[in-house]
Amino acid sequence: MSMTLFLILCLNGVQYGMLLFLIAAGLTLVFGVMGFINLAHGVQYMVGAYLAFFFVQLTGSFFLAVVLSLGAALIIGLLLEYFIFRHLYTRTHLDQVLATFGIIIFLNELAKVLFGPATLSLSPPELLSGSIQLTETLRYPVYRLVTIFIGLAVAVGLFFAVSYTRVGMLIRAGATTPEMVSALGVNIQQLFMIVFGVGAMLAGFAGVIAAPIFAVEPGMGDNILIVAFVVIIIGGVGSIGGAFVAALLVGLIDTLGRSLATMVLSAVFNPSFASQIGPALASMLIYILMAAILVFRPKGLLPAKGANA
Amino acid sequence: MKHHLRNSIATLAMFSAMGSTALAEDIKIGMIVTLSGPPAALGQQIVDGFQLALDQKDGKLGGQSIELIVEDDELKPDVALLKATSLVERDGVDIVVGTVFSNMLQAIFKPIVQSETFLISPNAGPSTFAGRNCNPYFFAVSYQNNQNAEISGLVANEEGYENVFMMVPNYQAGRDNIEGFKQTFNGTVTDEVLTPLGHQDFSAELARMSTSGSDAAYIFMPGGMGVRLVKQFDNAGLSESMKFLSVFTTDETTLPGQKDAAVGMLSAGTWAPDMPNDANQAFVSAFEAKYDYVPGSYAMQAFETANLIDSAIAKTGGDMSDKDALRGAIKAAEFTSVRGNFAFNNNHYPIQDFHMTKVVKRDDGKFHTSFVRTIATDYADSFAQDCKM
Repeated sequence: MSMTLFLILCLNGVQYGMLLFLIAAGLTLVFGVMGFINLAHGVQYMVGAYLAFFFVQLTGSFFLAVVLSLGAALIIGLLLEYFIFRHLYTRTHLDQVLATFGIIIFLNELAKVLFGPATLSLSPPELLSGSIQLTETLRYPVYRLVTIFIGLAVAVGLFFAVSYTRVGMLIRAGATTPEMVSALGVNIQQLFMIVFGVGAMLAGFAGVIAAPIFAVEPGMGDNILIVAFVVIIIGGVGSIGGAFVAALLVGLIDTLGRSLATMVLSAVFNPSFASQIGPALASMLIYILMAAILVFRPKGLLPAKGANA
Repeated sequence: MKHHLRNSIATLAMFSAMGSTALAEDIKIGMIVTLSGPPAALGQQIVDGFQLALDQKDGKLGGQSIELIVEDDELKPDVALLKATSLVERDGVDIVVGTVFSNMLQAIFKPIVQSETFLISPNAGPSTFAGRNCNPYFFAVSYQNNQNAEISGLVANEEGYENVFMMVPNYQAGRDNIEGFKQTFNGTVTDEVLTPLGHQDFSAELARMSTSGSDAAYIFMPGGMGVRLVKQFDNAGLSESMKFLSVFTTDETTLPGQKDAAVGMLSAGTWAPDMPNDANQAFVSAFEAKYDYVPGSYAMQAFETANLIDSAIAKTGGDMSDKDALRGAIKAAEFTSVRGNFAFNNNHYPIQDFHMTKVVKRDDGKFHTSFVRTIATDYADSFAQDCKM
C-alpha cells in the first residue's frame, strides 16, 4: 500500500472522527450531566441535515443556510426539552428510552412526509467545492479538509467554555453533585436547558456539515447514534476531552480497518476467505475496541472528574 | 297475504340480485412492496406504475373490475410473510404482485404458491426460483438478477475496459453482481470491495479505487448508497480519470439526488425512458403528466405487470378458477411491451433485449437514463436449463 493512500485514509479517519465528536459532545454532556438517556440525539443530526437542505433551497446560499439551520436546530432542541424531556428527568431510564425512541420514529416519519422518502443531496458551497491535487491520480476534496478544521475549532471552543467559563464550571459541578449545585442557589433547570440546547445544536451542526458529504435521508441518524454512544463510553461519560480522543480513535480505526482488514487478512488467509471475513471484521472493530477498553478502564479513557457514572 | 308475498318476492329478488353481484365481484389483486424507509421510493414507483395502467383502463383489467390491495413489507421478511399470508387467506386474492427486493420475495414465495395463487414479481428476480426450484405459479416480469451484471461485463468488453475495480454492498445481491460480471468480463479485475449495507462514507474505498490503477469501476450500490457514492466519486475528482459503469446505481430513483455528478455514467438494463417505440413514449408521457417525475425501471415493470395481467384476464374471459388456462394466458404474454421484445422462458422469467444506457440531463433540467445501443437480443438467463417446466 502506498504512503499517499495511507495518508488519505488517515485524513478521512480524522474527518469522520470530527463529525463523531460534534455528535458525541452533546450526547456526553446530556448523558453525563443530566444522567439522561437521549436516543433522539441521532435524529437531531438528521434534523440538522434536513434544515440545511431546506434553507439552501430557500435562500440559495450555503453559508446563510448554516446560520439559519443552527438557530433552528437550537430552537427545536429547546422546544423538545421544554415540552418532552423536562418531564422525563426524574423518570427511570426505561421511560426515557421509550419516550426518546418515540421521538425518533415521529421525526423520521415527519421527514418522510415533508420531504419524501427518496434520498436528497446537497452540493458543497461553490467556494469549497474544489479538490486538492495530492498525486497524479488522487485528489482530496477541500470541503472535507474544512470540516476537519471546523471540528477542531468547535472542540477547542467547547474545551475552553467547559474549563474556564462560569457556565462550564456549573456544568462540571452539576455533573457530579446536582443537589449541591441546586442548594447553592443555581437554577439547575435552566442549566439543563442550556446543556440540552447546545447539545441539540451541535448534533444539528454535524448534520449540516455532513449533508454535502453524505446524503440526506430519513433515518440517517439512527446508525450514527450507536457509534456516538460507543464514542462516549470509550471516552468516559460526561467528559468532553474523552469524547474528543475517543471520536478520533473510533474514526481512525473504523476508516483504516475498512481498508486494511481485508489486506492484512489476505496476507494470512487465502484471498476469497479474506474478502468474506474482512468487511465483517472491519465493522466489528470499534465494538471490539470498546469492549477491550472497558476491560482495562471501566470508566473510559478520560473519565470526568468525580463522575460516579 | 298477496301483498306480503309480493314483498317477499321482491326481497328475494333483491337478495338474489345482490348475490349475483357478489358472485361476479371484483377480481382481487394483492400487492406487496416496500413503502417504508428510504427504499420506499422504489415501492412507490411500482404502485404508481401499476395504478397508471389501471386508471388508463378505468380500473379494469381484461374487462373485469379490479380491487387492488396494497401492503407494505417494511423490508422485514417476517412482516412480508404476515402480509402475504393475510392477503391469500383473509382477502382471498387471485393474484399477488410483489416484491421490490429479492429477500422479501423469498419470504413470501412459499405460502403464496402453495395456496395456488399466482405470484408475479414486478422487480425481484432471484436465481433461487429460476432454476431447479422454478414454480408454475411464479412469474417474473422484470429480469433475472444476474443478467444485468452479465451484460455489464459485455459492456466493459465492448467499451475496451482492461482493469476494472468492483464495489458492491456486502450481501447476497452484491455478491451475485460480482459473480455475474466476472462471468462475461474478459479483462482484469483489480480489486473487489465489499462495503456494509447502508454505507455512508466511501472516501476510504475511493482512495483505494484511485490508487488501484484501474481504468473503470463496476458498481452496484442501490438507493441512498448510490447517491452518496456518485457524489463522493465526483467530489474526489475521479470522474475525469475513470469510467463509471454500474447497475441499479444511477437510475431514475437516485438521479434526482445525484444530479450533474452522474451525467455520462454508463449502465446496463432492459429499458430507458427514451426507448424509441410508440408504446413507451405514450407510457412515459402519461406517467410524467400524472405523477410529475420521470419513471424508472420499477414503474415501467409494474406498468408492464398490469398490462400482462390485463392480457391474461382478457384471454380467459375473467375466469380466475381455471388455473391452467390462466397460467397459459400469462405465459403467452400477449401484451405490447414498452421494452419491445418480450417473451417468457420455460422458467417464467423473461427473454428480452438488454441495452447500454447513459445518464443524460434533459432540457427541462430533469435527469434520466438514455438508450445508447443494444448489447444482447433475446437474452435468456443461464438457470432456465435446470428448470423442469
